[in-house]
Amino acid sequence: MDPRTAVSPPPGGGLVAPAITASGLRRRFGSRWAVDGVDLCVPTGEIYGFLGPNGAGKSTTVRMLCALLTPSGGSATVAGHDVASDPVGVHLAIGAALQATAIDDKQTGLEHLELQGRLYGLRGPEIRRRIAELENLIELGDAVKRPAGTYSGGMKRRLDLALALIHNPGVLFLDEPTTGLDPVSRFALWDEVRRLNRESGTTVFLTTQYLEEADELAERVGIISDGKLVAEDTPDALKRRIGADMVVAHVDGDAESAAVGLRALPEVEGVDVVGSEITARVGDGPTAVTPVAVALANAGVPVQSLTLRRPTLDDVFLSVTGQRLAGDQAHAELATAGGAPR
Amino acid sequence: MTTMPDALPATRAQVPTPRPNLARRAGFVRDVIHIAGRSLRQARREPETLFPPIFVPVFFFAIFIGSLESIFGQAGIDEFRAFQLPVSIVIAVTGVTRAPSVVTDIMNGYFDRLLLSPVNRVALLLGMMVADLAIVAALTVPVLIMGALVGVQFTTGVLGMLAFVGVALAWSLAYVGILYAVALRTANPTVTAQTFLLFFPFVFLSTTIVPREEMTGWMDAVAGVNPLTYVYGALRSLITEGWSVTPLLHGFIAIVVVGVLAHTLAHLALRGRVSRARR
Repeated sequence: MDPRTAVSPPPGGGLVAPAITASGLRRRFGSRWAVDGVDLCVPTGEIYGFLGPNGAGKSTTVRMLCALLTPSGGSATVAGHDVASDPVGVHLAIGAALQATAIDDKQTGLEHLELQGRLYGLRGPEIRRRIAELENLIELGDAVKRPAGTYSGGMKRRLDLALALIHNPGVLFLDEPTTGLDPVSRFALWDEVRRLNRESGTTVFLTTQYLEEADELAERVGIISDGKLVAEDTPDALKRRIGADMVVAHVDGDAESAAVGLRALPEVEGVDVVGSEITARVGDGPTAVTPVAVALANAGVPVQSLTLRRPTLDDVFLSVTGQRLAGDQAHAELATAGGAPR
Repeated sequence: MTTMPDALPATRAQVPTPRPNLARRAGFVRDVIHIAGRSLRQARREPETLFPPIFVPVFFFAIFIGSLESIFGQAGIDEFRAFQLPVSIVIAVTGVTRAPSVVTDIMNGYFDRLLLSPVNRVALLLGMMVADLAIVAALTVPVLIMGALVGVQFTTGVLGMLAFVGVALAWSLAYVGILYAVALRTANPTVTAQTFLLFFPFVFLSTTIVPREEMTGWMDAVAGVNPLTYVYGALRSLITEGWSVTPLLHGFIAIVVVGVLAHTLAHLALRGRVSRARR
């Protein structure tokens, strides 16, 4: 099947085929299943966020979908091409910026772009036109003629993304594209991803360990943990699943015993405990906060703080995995940079 | 356990009309040219890597001539400089390769970038070898100039000199397969850098210093199965004997044998690398 027809909507718009599908996708390394039965269906034109901590199986899934890694089981198609039997079809249809910034320090930015264009069969005028179109994304200025070894991490990331886009692919895989970027570069890249999707209808499969990134960019989010897709929906729907509001208490002492009293409250839909933090999922926060405070006081555990807030994707992650995702350094960096969770 | 969402949206009602995907396969020859061009650009930016293959042949030539010419003259070998020029050109062209850059590409992820493109996998390897060949061709020039300066003349004339370069390039291309095999198989910069050690048995267990007639026992036997002995034979025949079929044929066979073995290993290593990435 021609990848161009596979991702194009019928004339006048209407229903279009999924850009990415996976059924029972599995991948084993030694005795460990890095990806264990993942099912996906990403419609053409969607930004899909694949959220999970380090080692959850995000990059392995992306490498399989990019036909760089053979699945141990299951099947997947990208733009209508089977990743196992038609890797060249997949490669022609996609662009990818993988986790490691794939830049040759000895080549200039311009040489990277020209070579990439040539390898995708583009001729000189096409390449020059595409480089001009990507200029806003690349933002290298005169540095585009300098060896990439002189670039900052952000410049390399932007060049890497431009390389992935040189042939104007219908499906774009971004594997943790903002890891290591400063906040300004990160937000600029988010804008570019939105623009690509809005103006070109590019399907974007984005892996990230940043909750805010998934929340900001993705129309739907899949949460992967230990190789399994444990939840999938729009960010708002995922948050609604765990309750309308969250009452979060930080306590001194035995948080588990304090949580017992909370679980008995009719206002409380669920309770998660991580260390000294107790998170109560409630239907109506203003109504529930007083009974929660009283229950904690009755438990005899000193309360350091009590907060009422809206659910975040981290709360969703906690509810489905029993662990917080946002404890890592990267999240802390982002939060302090102003990308506060919605 | 995998939790499936309540409803998978198999289709999506409204998406902007995508701009056409421009990707197509460039074709084998173009792939080779583009990969070779990149390798040559890399080489141009690393001129220090070309210093050893220029310096070492001159050094060995000077040392061998300075220390051994009079001894060989007494033994009746009066064209020792002509005897040594093939050694210089073989040292100049053997192992000059961009193979270490493959290891760098694998380590920094650029090799994945290439594998993600529709480039022909064989062209990926061949393109780098073509670049090696172009570099090696340039490296033969100083050796030929050096030979001319010390009075070495080709009985086969200019055509013979071109054939001399051609044999050296063919040997270089054959041998370089070993280095790509190691680079692709190991992806280890240290191991790949140490591959130059393989050249020592080739050089010193052959007719580098003395002809086979002067060898005895095991050394003669080993030199007899060393393909480089026959490459030297072909190169020397072009300088001193004229268009002699037998040494040229033996040299050709030796190069083909090494080339087939080395390039088979290199392509197996490439296939292994691609499938290891996919395995």
